[in-house]
Amino acid sequence: MDHSSSLEKLLRSVAITLVLVFFLFPIVWIFLMSLQTNETILRIPPSIAFTPIIDNYTALITGQLRTAAGSLQLNFMQNMFNSVLLSVCSVALSLVLGVPAAYAFARFKFRLGEDIAFTLLSFRFAPALLVLLPLSLYFKTLGLTNTYIGLIWVYQLICLPLILWIVRGYFEDISPDIEHAYRIAGNSWWRTFTRISIPLAKPGIAAAGLLAFIFAWNNFVFALILASADKQPVTVGALAFVTASGIQYGQIAAAIIISITPTLALALYAQRYLVEGLSMGAVKG
Amino acid sequence: MAELDITRVDKIYHSRKGDVHAVKALDLVVKPGEIVALLGSSGCGKTSTLRMIAGFEEVSNGAITLGGKAIHALPPAARGVAMAFEAYSLYPPLTIGENMSFALKSSRLPQAEQEKRVKDMAEMLEIADILNKYPSSVSGGQQQRASLGRALVRDAGLYLLDEPMGQLEPQLRAVLRGRIKHYLREHNCTTILVTHDQTEANALADRIAVMEGGVLQQYATPAELKARPANLFTGTFIGEPPMNVFTADVSATAERVSFTVEGGTTLSYPASDMSEALRGRLAKTPRIALGIRPHALQLGEGPVKGKVTACQWLGDQTHVAVDVAGRTVVSVSQERVSRPTGSDVSLNVAARDLHLFDAASGNAIAHGGTLA
Repeated sequence: MDHSSSLEKLLRSVAITLVLVFFLFPIVWIFLMSLQTNETILRIPPSIAFTPIIDNYTALITGQLRTAAGSLQLNFMQNMFNSVLLSVCSVALSLVLGVPAAYAFARFKFRLGEDIAFTLLSFRFAPALLVLLPLSLYFKTLGLTNTYIGLIWVYQLICLPLILWIVRGYFEDISPDIEHAYRIAGNSWWRTFTRISIPLAKPGIAAAGLLAFIFAWNNFVFALILASADKQPVTVGALAFVTASGIQYGQIAAAIIISITPTLALALYAQRYLVEGLSMGAVKG
Repeated sequence: MAELDITRVDKIYHSRKGDVHAVKALDLVVKPGEIVALLGSSGCGKTSTLRMIAGFEEVSNGAITLGGKAIHALPPAARGVAMAFEAYSLYPPLTIGENMSFALKSSRLPQAEQEKRVKDMAEMLEIADILNKYPSSVSGGQQQRASLGRALVRDAGLYLLDEPMGQLEPQLRAVLRGRIKHYLREHNCTTILVTHDQTEANALADRIAVMEGGVLQQYATPAELKARPANLFTGTFIGEPPMNVFTADVSATAERVSFTVEGGTTLSYPASDMSEALRGRLAKTPRIALGIRPHALQLGEGPVKGKVTACQWLGDQTHVAVDVAGRTVVSVSQERVSRPTGSDVSLNVAARDLHLFDAASGNAIAHGGTLA
């Protein structure tokens, strides 16, 4: 009995180690690259022994990229600001629109309700380019091209369905009678929604919001087509490191490390909500 | 306390698969301070009725008034109704005590009075020791009592109790039934209780509304329901074990009235056992449904012959199942009876214990020798 339990523990440890190595290796490798010059990164044979430098980070923060071909102005911190602005605003707008809509879909049966909910989800099925080509024409006509408002609007295609479907599942898991008990004690529908339903669905809302933030942060193609350099997020901004004198691997790696830091920190902080929210709401729902 | 009037109320659920008429033209009056039980099997419309009164379901047709004020179009908060839910529905983030006092927050009662009410109610329901615990850490029965307490601590014009004791152990249920009835009486609470448990309905209610298929079958006192069921459904639904029912051909002469049941057995009674009006009615009704309660079907000398298929002593009564011409009937005796399986027995029933129903409509014709 003891023997088999030790064997189980060993196998479990090996499996966990393999999974960790598989997923963490790229991050560790990128981090190491961010502390090297292009020359040490590209040397043959490759080696993990090097003198760490912080020049790549300095270049990103100061906006001055020095290459063999000369000096280049970088917009990386502006891209960072754009990423934060676009992701935060998109998720905030999606929560404002999506949470009440998810509640309505969960609680009320109305004509075409299921069809509307499915249509919203179907935005996730279509390749982004399918939507983008006609959308870019509309955006030009409406004057929304290269505007934050236009990008936040189009980011709803990513965030809104996600929030709607995850939070809907979560609301459906909450017994309507808990709300009824509150309403019959003398409280209005709105008060019940804000005081009972939303607090009870908080883990699901947090998980959906976090996922939507990660998806919005990682989006590449919308901003590439609908915005120019001053409004583009870090995902598109990283293209600036593909210069005439070659690809600046060190700066790309540093940019990646800086750009994943906010989402990683947020995910680690809200990990409990994420697991609880997804396992209770989305799966059951 | 207020009177509740339900007038011609319908509830129709619309869906893609078609409409479901859950409650049909319901008329019901609950007098101030009266305790009424809605009794019926699953899907009979009792919970839909309760939820329409509470305001969780819209009324498709008809009107509901409480204390003379139409409430069917008001939101639940404005109806002045308190409700205990079958699924408890306690707020998970609050303790049992907070859940109960939460309902009093909007009452503007002094804090000390709120605390006293919660404490007294918790003691009555035997949950005083768990007031500081969270719903997730107590048993289903304790949660159910907390839900009941949350409803009863409030001052309301009407109390709605949806299966309020379904999760309790039988012994505790028996004790609480008495206490709750006393509390409702003392505070003159107009109450509607939804249950499928006849014992609970009999013990708590002044009147019972029996529902089936969305239709009110009968609205009467527990004793009346048992002695004078309005139709075959109520006759067979009320009472445990259920009423034995036979189809019978009637022969009424000046001297005797006879009922020939399936299999050829004839139950014959002197005409004097039946009222003149009933004899006149039976003369025009050649075929009826004859109902006999198991307690009235006595073993001994009698015209009904059969073979015992099961004989069970339940601790306080004996149930004997008898095969009569291919049909199983049940006789209940208050004494311990031992009859081997397969043995021949005779059964007898007095005229005063006969329930006669119209064979086609199922409506009652007579009970105990007099017209219904």
